[in-house]
Amino acid sequence: MPRPAADLRPAPLAAEPMLPRAFRVAARRRETHDVFTLELEPADAPGEAFAFEPGQFNMLYVLGAGEVPISISGDPTRPGRLMHTVRAVGGVTRLLEGLKKGDSLGVRGPYGAPWPVLDAEGRDVVVVAGGIGLAPLRPLICQVLARRDRFGRVSIVFGTRSPADILLAKDLERWRSKFDVDVLLTVDHAPPGWRGHVGVVTALLPRAAFDPANARAFVCGPEVMMRFTVQELAHRGLPAASVHVTMERNMKCAIGLCGHCQYGPEFVCKDGPVFRFDRIERIFGVREL
Amino acid sequence: MRTLEPTLAEHPFFRDLAEDYIRLCAGCAKNVVFKPGQYLLREGHKADQFFVLRAGRVQLQMEAPGREPLTIQSFSEGDVIGWSWLVPPYRWAFDAKAVEATRCLALDGACLRKKCEANHDLGYELFKRIAAMMERRLHATRLQILDVYAAPGR
Repeated sequence: MPRPAADLRPAPLAAEPMLPRAFRVAARRRETHDVFTLELEPADAPGEAFAFEPGQFNMLYVLGAGEVPISISGDPTRPGRLMHTVRAVGGVTRLLEGLKKGDSLGVRGPYGAPWPVLDAEGRDVVVVAGGIGLAPLRPLICQVLARRDRFGRVSIVFGTRSPADILLAKDLERWRSKFDVDVLLTVDHAPPGWRGHVGVVTALLPRAAFDPANARAFVCGPEVMMRFTVQELAHRGLPAASVHVTMERNMKCAIGLCGHCQYGPEFVCKDGPVFRFDRIERIFGVREL
Repeated sequence: MRTLEPTLAEHPFFRDLAEDYIRLCAGCAKNVVFKPGQYLLREGHKADQFFVLRAGRVQLQMEAPGREPLTIQSFSEGDVIGWSWLVPPYRWAFDAKAVEATRCLALDGACLRKKCEANHDLGYELFKRIAAMMERRLHATRLQILDVYAAPGR
């Protein structure tokens, strides 16, 4: 059961990285049957903006239950409430799902290496998301679109399980309505009446317009989906050094001390979660890791 | 009058195919249009055409008694549909239904087979392209079967 906020001592995140700060749920909304978005604000400073970089994550602490690493899904160009889009798949995320407006939780972060958005300036941008993988990419998309003139062609390619699993639908509609962004969406399984694309996300990649010699790809989704996406991008001529992926492993401390998220020679929490693909290519397919 | 050769040559499936071969293939081609809801091909029917999509969207479906048709894949501009015209007994294995107004080039399967028999170099070129397409579709279907977005344990 969540404890009252008074049990948590607010503290500057940078000074005490292992100490959660008390936040309250300011708003919550359902995205799909198992995905929801929480908007949070500090219990001791409502309205205070939460600064972060696209791709970073927080440790969310359901009081008395445990912590989970969750990517930040807010818009970094419009600082405001902290936003997390979460899929309820485990004990802690199901408790997060049960939180209501005004409930308390602990937050540590932000942590991790961000998407290198600056490195993509002057180039074509290809964003490939699978399922809940769209949430960690949302801040990057927001940042790219806020500075649209600094980038070449922008393609957002999103694959998900079924039409009922399309999350951030309003964002997708908004992005699709822009004349200088290509949004391609496909579902693996379609009910009768669905008129959109059907098939895996990699099948859409040949339709994404980019110059492989001058493009950056940002990929997030289940590992197997990322594996095939990277292969397809390579087939299109995009070198591994031009592709960034975000990895997921069990985490505990989130600051590179405990080793729970060790991935070969890397720690996902501090060296990642965003990795340039050539840096992890050698270990990416190793099943034991 | 504009012939179908430039249209065929611009399509990704035929890209970089020798002009002579484009001409041979275009000799088997005609323009066709399908309204939303119309079928390009039906399971079990004679597979006598090869569709080169120019615009629109088509869904590949399977039907099972007592169930709604299952959509397996969709195709749009730049895709091709159908290889059963190549393989005896030349019968379609799926339904393909237009879900939008769809423009295609339909290549006559018997005509193409005859030209491939007469010119094995053309046949080899077409087979290489179709084999690559089949490999990609098989790969995609395997990935689809993995159901990668399902919740753990679902």
